[in-house]
Amino acid sequence: MSSSPSFAGLVGNTVASSPSSLGFPILTSLVVVPLLGALCVLGFGRMRAEWNRLVALVATITTGALCIWTLQAFDSADGGFQFVSHHEWISAWGISWHLGIDGISLFLVVLTGVLFPLVIAGVNPHHDERQYLVWLLMLEAGVMGSFVSLDLFLFFVFFEIVLVPMYFLIGGWGYDQRVYAATKFFLFTMAGSAFLLVGIVATAILSRDSVGEITFDVVRLAEEGSFSVTAGRWLFVAFAIAFAVKVPLFPVHTWLPDAHTQAPTAGSVILAGVLLKMGTYGLLRFGVYLFPEASVWARPVLYTLAVIGIVYGAISATMQKDLKRLVAYSSVAHLGFIVLGTFALTDQSLSGGVMQMVNHGVSTGALFLLVGMIYERRHTRQISELRGLQQVAPVFAGFFMVVMLSSIGLPGLNGFVGEFLILIGSFDTARWWVIVGTVGVVLAALYLLWAYQRVFHGEPDDANRGFAELRLREGLLLSAFVAIIVFTGVYPKPVLSRIEPSVKSLIEHIESRTEYRQPAHEAEGE
Amino acid sequence: MDVSADFVPPIVEWYALSPYIVLLAGALFLLVAGSLTPRWPRGWYAMLTALTAGAAGVVAVLQFAALDDEEPRSLVKGVLAHDRFGLFAVIALCVAVVITSMMASDNATSDTQLAETDSLEPYVLLLTAALGAAVMVTSNDLLVSFLGIEILSISMYVLAASDRRRSTSHEAGLKYFVLGGFSSAFLLYGIALVYGTTGQTNLGGIAVVLADEVTVPRNDAMLLAGVALLLVGLSFKVSLVPFHSWTPDVYHGSPTYVTGFMASLGKIAAVVTLVRLFVVALPARADDWRPAVFVLAVLTLVVGSVLAIVQNDVKRMLAYSSISHAGFMLVGLEAAGHLGSPAATEGAASSLLYVVLYSVLALGSFATVAMVSARGDGNSTSLDAFRGIAKSNPVFALGFTLLLLAQAGVPLTSGFVAKFGVIRAAVSTESYVLAILAMVSAVVAAYLYLRIIVSMWLAEPASDAQPVRIGIAGRVSLALAVATTLILGVFPSILLDLKDLGTNFAR
Repeated sequence: MSSSPSFAGLVGNTVASSPSSLGFPILTSLVVVPLLGALCVLGFGRMRAEWNRLVALVATITTGALCIWTLQAFDSADGGFQFVSHHEWISAWGISWHLGIDGISLFLVVLTGVLFPLVIAGVNPHHDERQYLVWLLMLEAGVMGSFVSLDLFLFFVFFEIVLVPMYFLIGGWGYDQRVYAATKFFLFTMAGSAFLLVGIVATAILSRDSVGEITFDVVRLAEEGSFSVTAGRWLFVAFAIAFAVKVPLFPVHTWLPDAHTQAPTAGSVILAGVLLKMGTYGLLRFGVYLFPEASVWARPVLYTLAVIGIVYGAISATMQKDLKRLVAYSSVAHLGFIVLGTFALTDQSLSGGVMQMVNHGVSTGALFLLVGMIYERRHTRQISELRGLQQVAPVFAGFFMVVMLSSIGLPGLNGFVGEFLILIGSFDTARWWVIVGTVGVVLAALYLLWAYQRVFHGEPDDANRGFAELRLREGLLLSAFVAIIVFTGVYPKPVLSRIEPSVKSLIEHIESRTEYRQPAHEAEGE
Repeated sequence: MDVSADFVPPIVEWYALSPYIVLLAGALFLLVAGSLTPRWPRGWYAMLTALTAGAAGVVAVLQFAALDDEEPRSLVKGVLAHDRFGLFAVIALCVAVVITSMMASDNATSDTQLAETDSLEPYVLLLTAALGAAVMVTSNDLLVSFLGIEILSISMYVLAASDRRRSTSHEAGLKYFVLGGFSSAFLLYGIALVYGTTGQTNLGGIAVVLADEVTVPRNDAMLLAGVALLLVGLSFKVSLVPFHSWTPDVYHGSPTYVTGFMASLGKIAAVVTLVRLFVVALPARADDWRPAVFVLAVLTLVVGSVLAIVQNDVKRMLAYSSISHAGFMLVGLEAAGHLGSPAATEGAASSLLYVVLYSVLALGSFATVAMVSARGDGNSTSLDAFRGIAKSNPVFALGFTLLLLAQAGVPLTSGFVAKFGVIRAAVSTESYVLAILAMVSAVVAAYLYLRIIVSMWLAEPASDAQPVRIGIAGRVSLALAVATTLILGVFPSILLDLKDLGTNFAR
């Protein structure tokens, strides 16, 4: 249903000028262009230092432009996979280069394509720019790859390969505790991947009989594969452990505050913006899609962990003395919402979850940029040492305010749309958890507004009097973020209309395979 | 047994035996000609060694290709197996000799003191070791296996002690000799007991006898004791926990190129022999040996990786990591023991691929250690010696980083392909516990590789550190190792499409 018709459609459907019939391997190029950029920087970089950034920008902007083109060419009526590209890779193991996107991955791809040029243009590393750019470009290739892969093995390859550039970015360009944080990040994620790898192999092997051969093709496994109930649940657990570390869910979230705080600004932005989404996306694409029965079964546990994450993240954020750590803990809370929405398994909650993945990437990414700017000016992130910045840098404060309000979920800004959809969609299926989770919304207002009050209000003391106002480049960078924040907040329809068909077909997929039925309510189909 | 009054001389297939003959002839020629002539110019001994091993390797490749449409067979009255499993290992052994001899000569040219002592003995021993290893991996008879093991081991004892300037090298040689001799005794006793029970030393013959006996087990205790002793003896050679205690000291004390040689060629020979013995000769007793292999695998994986991360010397780290990798190879063997499962045949092939791919990584890694330790006082292999190398030698550091990441099992490297293969075999035979334990221990071991990477890239170099100087042979061998790692990592089909790697043994 969700994908096989569209997959078949790709081959024959030339009349409707389906974008994928252009024959241009757009998704492959999303992976290859940043990689080529990395090679160029590596190869030519020694000649002229200024060229590095130019090459990197050209590569990321090209990728971004391709993403935008994909967004425009995306057929919003089709809930299946589009722009599919399928080639043999390791035929002895049933592994293929199978790429495709649907409404769920589309915006993550676009977000990745947009965030990378922005951080490369907006944030300068302090040293060794060439290496830094190479790692960033490789990171982009890896992240893109994981969002477009439709082959479990291929996904795993990208999922793991992302660790290496991120490790070096945190370890090489981060702050005091960077090596500790980078190592913790690497080992936590890799420990999760240990289960993922075994799970992936077991999935392919156990579905050999129902599929007819060993294949790692997600679409075929989901549509044709069938597992015994017990096997499906164990496999789901293996997948869920890996993705829970990546999301991160309580109690395996402890790497996140360290990694976020110690990472350089660009690293934090990317980490919050897209890397964490690999976890929630993985849960959705590989957990729910492949193991519908098990995900229905496991919902209470995941709700509970998600809600603990929401409340615990929010309380921890309130208590932080370090502004960057505060934002990091707020991520734990926000991602709790996404997981809650994902597993509530209604059209609205799932659409909200996907929407919130993008929103969180934009708002938290922007918050990290702002905190990075504060650190560059004051060389501290301690809330207690900052005071009265609103008086000396009103424009800066204004941007901070908008971004912060979006993170809180103020109506009219993007954060509201996602959070509201999640809460309202989950209310039928996870009522009590939603009620507790809503506390998190209130707490978000508490910790962010309180932090804002302490940092921006009051009379600036001597140290803060010299706080420089926003520069032009920083202003342009933040304007881009604010534009996205306001646009999706006011007019979310173009986003939601592309997400919804895929979400609907995913839910139909689950309903066709399990006893689970989405609660019918009057509002549906309006 | 076929008792015949007339002695029928075995048919000798000279072409099929040519890899052994080339290695032996090269060793003898080098020994004789080298002894009778004045000292050759630097690098010439190495070149001849590499050429000999290369020639043997080329012949082995041709034979390997010819087996595509020939049935595997046994040679010289059934004592040597001529099958793809063995020949693939022989090819890898020859590559290991080529790379090691290049490294050894490079090590010598980069150090004037060593250059004066660039003598021919190590090169002769490299070739004899390779001969022993080649006999081991293709041996189809317990006694011939033992011969091969002794040829290999004695060469290795001398190689370990070959750095006359350092007492640690002598110590390594002695330790290796004593413990190696001890393990050979176990092995021999095991052979005797198995022969006593089955009346056979031929692997195929043992399998036939045991298969007949399944319904009426006779002398079970004696047979099992024999199998256990064989396992113990080979576990010493593979350095499986708890028979690993010699490994860190010997690896640490030996000259670094010899350490790389042990970790590659020595490992291939021992693992392939172990796998062939159990899979070919003892399938009827798989239910008996599989649990033992399971326990050894778990111990080796866990102890190897945990002890690796607390070391402060890179050579010792890599020694423990080689132990942990041996655990992965056993995971493949354990899978091969699930005879009821249709996937059991994947096990032997995955072990073989693992040890061959690992041997390339080990060669490259120890080569870099040798190059780093050659600067300064020449013996420092501590983690501090690697501080900030990326600043002075970025390409070199990148190469070593790739080799380390491959050992950690990061995708798109050969190390990941190897791990994926054994995990796949384990999962196919429903050994989920072992698969997960193996992956988790790989995560523990990853910390060790990260420590080295951190030291190279993120630590400040010592104030008096000089850049690492690498000779041309060193560059070539390192580039070869890194290229293999990446190419096979991205296109594993090159190896995976080879058929009959772990099936269709000559019996």
